[in-house]
Amino acid sequence: MKTNDLILQTTTKVVLFIIILFSFHIFFAGHYTPGGGFVGGLLTSGAIILLMLAFDMKTVSQILPVNYIYMAATGLLFAGGTAAGALFFNVPLLTHAFGHVDLPILGDTALHTATIFDLGVFLVVVGVTMTIIQTIGEDE
Amino acid sequence: MILIAVKIAILCMSIAILGLIYRLIKGPSMPDRVVALDAIGINLVAIVALVSIFLDTNAFLEVILLLGILSFIGTVAFSKYLEKGVALERDRDL
Repeated sequence: MKTNDLILQTTTKVVLFIIILFSFHIFFAGHYTPGGGFVGGLLTSGAIILLMLAFDMKTVSQILPVNYIYMAATGLLFAGGTAAGALFFNVPLLTHAFGHVDLPILGDTALHTATIFDLGVFLVVVGVTMTIIQTIGEDE
Repeated sequence: MILIAVKIAILCMSIAILGLIYRLIKGPSMPDRVVALDAIGINLVAIVALVSIFLDTNAFLEVILLLGILSFIGTVAFSKYLEKGVALERDRDL
């Protein structure tokens, strides 16, 4: 039976970008305020799930040709690499460095290596969540 | 004055959520339960907004957005499951 999903699909095309933008905001807000890689990753996978609900899994895998298991592995590599990278500078494991950098437009910006660790967490959460959803959510 | 009004509003919202939980458990049909779950999400958003007025803070505003998005996605998923029998389709044109 073919049903008409016009309202859902049109809404999804707008709401998807709002959700992804909000997830990036949550991701970068995570240092001093609530948020971080975990919640950001969950929101991004929520956006992809909304796309899967409005369209179908074949369309979504054409739009985002990503192997989510490799994505989780890349995230683990980022997180573990940031944790282990501290050992090369003769400081304890998981020590993070930060510094102030003058960027052209943004001015004086504080850059942390914790962001790279959080990016790893983000990729792991998106990868694992989408793998679970794709495995248990598909019909047949 | 406004704090008393906010307290009364939080009380009303809590009673509304209790009624909706009754509908969620008892609800004769599945669509009743889905509508009750959606309304619980909206009432939670209202309670968080009222609490952030009561505590005079803007720390909870992101929670409102988050609850709204999650409630929306959940309702869409339940509705699609009720209408079509599957939540995620492999190929729409089949």
